[in-house]
Amino acid sequence: MASSQADPARLYDDSLPEQSWRHKFGSAGRLLWRDWSGLLGLTLFITIVLSAVFAPLIAPHDPARQNLRASKLPPAWAEGGSWEHPFGTDTLGRDLFSRIVYGARVSLTVGFFGVLIALSLGLLLGLTAGYYGGRVDNVIMGVSNVFLALPYLLFVVVIASILGRSLLNVILIFGITDAPLFIRITRGEVLRIRKSGYVESAISIGASRRRIIFSHILPNLIGPLITVATFEMSAMIFYEAGLGFLNLSVPPPTPTWGNMLASGRQHLETHSWIATFPGLAIMLTSLSMNLLGDWLRDVLDPRLRRAKK
Amino acid sequence: MKYRLSPFPHAMQRYLLSRLVQSLFLLIGVLILVFFMVRLTGDPARLMMPREASPADIAAFRAAMGLDRPLPVQFWEFMRGAVVGDFGNSLHYRAPAMQIVLERLPATLELAAAALTFALLVAVPLGIIGGSNPGSLWDFLARTAGLIGQTVPNFWLALLLLLFFAVNLGWFPTFGRDEAKSVVLPAVALGFFTMGQLVRLTRSAVLEIRGEDYIRTAYSKGLPTNIIYARHIFRNAAIPLVSIIGVQFGYLLSGSIYIETIFAWPGLGRMIAESVAARDYPLVQAIAFFTSAVVVLLNLLTDIAYAIIDPRIRYGQ
Repeated sequence: MASSQADPARLYDDSLPEQSWRHKFGSAGRLLWRDWSGLLGLTLFITIVLSAVFAPLIAPHDPARQNLRASKLPPAWAEGGSWEHPFGTDTLGRDLFSRIVYGARVSLTVGFFGVLIALSLGLLLGLTAGYYGGRVDNVIMGVSNVFLALPYLLFVVVIASILGRSLLNVILIFGITDAPLFIRITRGEVLRIRKSGYVESAISIGASRRRIIFSHILPNLIGPLITVATFEMSAMIFYEAGLGFLNLSVPPPTPTWGNMLASGRQHLETHSWIATFPGLAIMLTSLSMNLLGDWLRDVLDPRLRRAKK
Repeated sequence: MKYRLSPFPHAMQRYLLSRLVQSLFLLIGVLILVFFMVRLTGDPARLMMPREASPADIAAFRAAMGLDRPLPVQFWEFMRGAVVGDFGNSLHYRAPAMQIVLERLPATLELAAAALTFALLVAVPLGIIGGSNPGSLWDFLARTAGLIGQTVPNFWLALLLLLFFAVNLGWFPTFGRDEAKSVVLPAVALGFFTMGQLVRLTRSAVLEIRGEDYIRTAYSKGLPTNIIYARHIFRNAAIPLVSIIGVQFGYLLSGSIYIETIFAWPGLGRMIAESVAARDYPLVQAIAFFTSAVVVLLNLLTDIAYAIIDPRIRYGQ
C-alpha cells in the first residue's frame, strides 16, 4: 500500500491532477460520502422522531394487546407470515412492528431529556469552573474527574437497580452522570476563549462579565456542544436499551427496545425475529445520530474541516 | 536556581508523583461514591433485604450489619475496611466479598484481554491502510468499520453471533468457558465497539501525521516511503492509541455485564448482574470498587507509558 504514495507531492496538494482511476473514483467517493452520509443521517433521524411522535397513527395494532392465538407469528416475508403483522408477533401475540414504533418514544425521551439535563448542568458548572477558576474550579473538576474515570456503565447499572425502575429515574441517572463530560468540554472551551485576543480586548475596554459570557463565550460554545450532544444522545439510547435488557429500565407493559430484546433472547433459537427487530431499531437510531454528529462536527467546526483535507 | 545536567529525570519524577497523588484521590472519591451509592434510597437495610421481609427482620438485619450506627461511624468503618480490602461478606455466598471478586477476576480479565486483542488486530491494520490511502476502497472499509463498530449494540451483536455461529452453524459453544474456543464469540461481541473506536483513531492519526512538516522533510531528504511509514508515521500514530487503551479497558469491563450474562461466562460482569438482581449489595460494592481500581490503575500505567514514549507530555507540565 505504501508504494502508491511514492510521489510526496501528492500528500500536500489534493488538487493535483491524478492519473489512476482508483484515485479519481476515490475523491468523488469521498465527496459523495460526506454529503450523502449527513443527509442519510438526517433523513433517518427525522423519520424515527416522526414515527415516535405519530406512533398511534403509524402502528397498525395496540402495542400492548395480547392475542395468544396469534403468538410467535414470523415476519411477513417469511413462511407463514402475513402483512397483518409486518414484523411478526412476540410470545404473547403482540404486534412487533407496533411495539417497535412505540418503543422509539421511550428511547428518544430518555435520550432527549437526558442530554438536556446533562447539557444544562454541564454548561452551568463548566462556565462557572472555567470563568471563576480557583477553589470552585478545583471542586467541580475534582468531582467530574471521579465520574469520568469510572467504568461508567457499571455504575449506571448499579444505581438504576438501587433507585428502582421508572422513566424519570433513568432520565435523571443519565442526565446527572453524563454531566461531567459536558462540564469538561465547556470548561476547556471557556479557558481557550478567555485567552483569545478579542475577549482580552473586550475586558480591557470594560465589558461586563455578563456581556463577555453571553456575547463572546456562549456563541463559541454552541458548535462543540451540539456535536457532543448528538453523540451523547445516541450513547444514552444505547445505554437505556442496555438497562432495559437487564430489566432495569422502564418496566413492562411499556414497550422499550431493551425489554423487547430481553424477552426475545429467551426464544432466540426458535423465534429469532423477536430479538432481531428491536436490535435493528437501536442500530438504525444510533447510526442516524452518529452520521448526523460526524456531519455536524464538520459543518460547525471549519478548523477541523480544513485539517481533514 | 541550581544548574541541573539534565532536566529529564526531575520532570519525570514530578509528573509521576502528581499522577500518583491524583490516582489516590480518585480512589478515595470512588470509595465515597460506593459508600453513599447504597444509601441513595435512605435505607440500605431495606434495599438489601428481600421485598417481602417483615419490619422485624429488617430491624434485625440493620443491627447485625451495623447499619443502625451513626453515619460518620459507618463511613469510618467502611473506609477502614476498604483500605485492607475488606468489604464485608456477600449476603448470597456468605463469604468475604473481596475473595469472591478475586476468584472471578481471571475469567473477566481473560475475556477483556481477548476482546482488546481482537479489536487491535482488526483496527490497527485497517486504520493504517485506510489512513494511508484516503478515498480508496480500503479507506471506505475502514470508515464503515468505524461507524458500524460504534452503532451496533454489543448485547444485540452477541445474540446475533450466538444465533449464527453457535446455534445454526455449531462452530462455537453457546455458553460457558470450558473450551479454548469458548472465548471467541464473547470476545468479538465485547471488542466490537472498541474496534470501531480504534479504527477511527488510527485512521485519523495516520491521515494527520502524513501531512506534517517532518514527513515532508523525510521525503525531501530522500528516505524511501516504507521507511518513512515505519519510522515516522506508525510510531507517532501509536501514541494516541496507547493513551486510550486504559479508557477502552474500562468500557470492556462495563460491557462484560451484558456479554457475560448472554454467554454465561463465569466472570465479574455476570456476577454484577446477578448480585444486583439478588440485592447482594456488599458484593456489588466490592465489584464496583475493584473494577474502578483496575481502571484507575490502567489509566495511571498508560499515562506513564505515554510520558516515556512522548517527551512532550512531561515537558508540558
